[in-house]
Amino acid sequence: MNRFAYARPATIADAAQLLARPGAKAIAGGTNIVDLMKEGAETPDLLVDLRRLPLHDIRETDGGGLSLGALVPNADTAYDERVSERFPLLAHAILAGASAQLRNAATNGGNLNQRTRCYYFYDTATPCNKRAPGSGCGAIGGVNRIHAVLGTSEQCIATHPSDMCVALAALDARVKVHGPDGERVIDFGDYHRLPGDDPSKDNTLAAGEIVTAIDLDAFDCGHNWTYLKLRDRLSYAFALVSVAIALRIDGDTIVEARIALGGVAHKPWRVVEAEALLAGKAPDDALFATVADRILAGARGHGDNDFKVELARRVIVRALGQAVAGTPQTIADKRIA
Amino acid sequence: MTTDTMVDDRVHAPDGDGVPVTLTINGERHALHLDPWVTLLDLLRERLELPGTKKGCDHGQCGACTVLIDGKRMNSCLVLAVTRDGAEVTTIEGLGTPDHLHPLQQAFIDHDAFQCGYCTPGQICSAAGLIGEGKATSREEIRELMSGNICRCGAYTNIADAIEDVMAQQGKAAHA
Repeated sequence: MNRFAYARPATIADAAQLLARPGAKAIAGGTNIVDLMKEGAETPDLLVDLRRLPLHDIRETDGGGLSLGALVPNADTAYDERVSERFPLLAHAILAGASAQLRNAATNGGNLNQRTRCYYFYDTATPCNKRAPGSGCGAIGGVNRIHAVLGTSEQCIATHPSDMCVALAALDARVKVHGPDGERVIDFGDYHRLPGDDPSKDNTLAAGEIVTAIDLDAFDCGHNWTYLKLRDRLSYAFALVSVAIALRIDGDTIVEARIALGGVAHKPWRVVEAEALLAGKAPDDALFATVADRILAGARGHGDNDFKVELARRVIVRALGQAVAGTPQTIADKRIA
Repeated sequence: MTTDTMVDDRVHAPDGDGVPVTLTINGERHALHLDPWVTLLDLLRERLELPGTKKGCDHGQCGACTVLIDGKRMNSCLVLAVTRDGAEVTTIEGLGTPDHLHPLQQAFIDHDAFQCGYCTPGQICSAAGLIGEGKATSREEIRELMSGNICRCGAYTNIADAIEDVMAQQGKAAHA
């Protein structure tokens, strides 16, 4: 690990000022950045410890919504009764990720800002446009089983690794940030970005901006939700493909559908036009297949990950069936309902 | 280090005297000055002579370094010690003593829940955290919630038996 300066500011304004300095990086739970620093993939000049900031609470908001403090650990969020009762999709997605130890340490803000687990991003002996802009991409033409099939660029085919963020995308969360110029709110779909011609930027945070909270409006989907995650081992592995679904159903008719995919792109993947195909319709496997095709329009493998396109198609159809039946995938029982 | 990150009174320089940190470890208070890049794992093993906590992968993937921080199990290899100023840390040395084993330590012996033993301190600290969290009510849930601890000898079946046994002793779950 490189040598670095260290600060633990007590106010958000102080933290934002410190983080605006070149070479400054934030640390909260540390589960990702410490790992990256050990690998030399992150080499901050200044580490700004956010843990003393007053962002440790989950607060009620108008209309039954919740504001999740950026420093609340992932586990405390998932096990908070208000979260598990009002947003079971979010609770289950969080618990599908990482291990109990990591969820106890990792924070909500950090979950959003974690970096890709692309092997080439981690391996400083190989080129990576995300870590070292302009150096090339080891994954294109290399080993790319875990990589993206949607929204890729000539420069980068990395995926965003989070489970939590897939649920937050489906729930239309908003990210509250505070920077040198004050507060702003970012729609979740605009928070993470596609790699384009600057894969070094994972998200739309400006220099010195800090995530302070994640806001959720009430979304009552009853039991008609699921988080279905497929991976190479049954627990404690990143998604090859995951899908978060929340449906509002009235009688035999789907009123509203939210569908977000993980493990397939540089950000949680949503296609609202595809979701709209379900509105006002009765559930039907043929319709689900049409919706899956629409979500996956333009999907393309890069060799080792070619299987993800067909896997994603099947996962969407299967998960829509779970959500319609009101039988969400459970975490402990690995059999897919 | 660039001039833009130059030190002011809010910033501890990398070549300074270290960052003041107070940690209570196994009930004993330690007032320390630490370089900010020292992990809790290295602090325990290399400076405080508590080698019970093991370094396995050093990347949060194996769970051998699991300790309890303010009662919650975490990977000490991914914790920079300076970020946990004021915390209470419990390691395997603080859970039980040779004369008074923790119920999990006794259960791991009774159920032959280890072979080489390298992962065992992490397994036991993790299991103590699991029981404290109170979220596991079945063997399947124990297995899922212990998945952050790898055992390359493959003692998983007996580890789950040991944890189930202690939970049953404590009335936390029906023994299968």
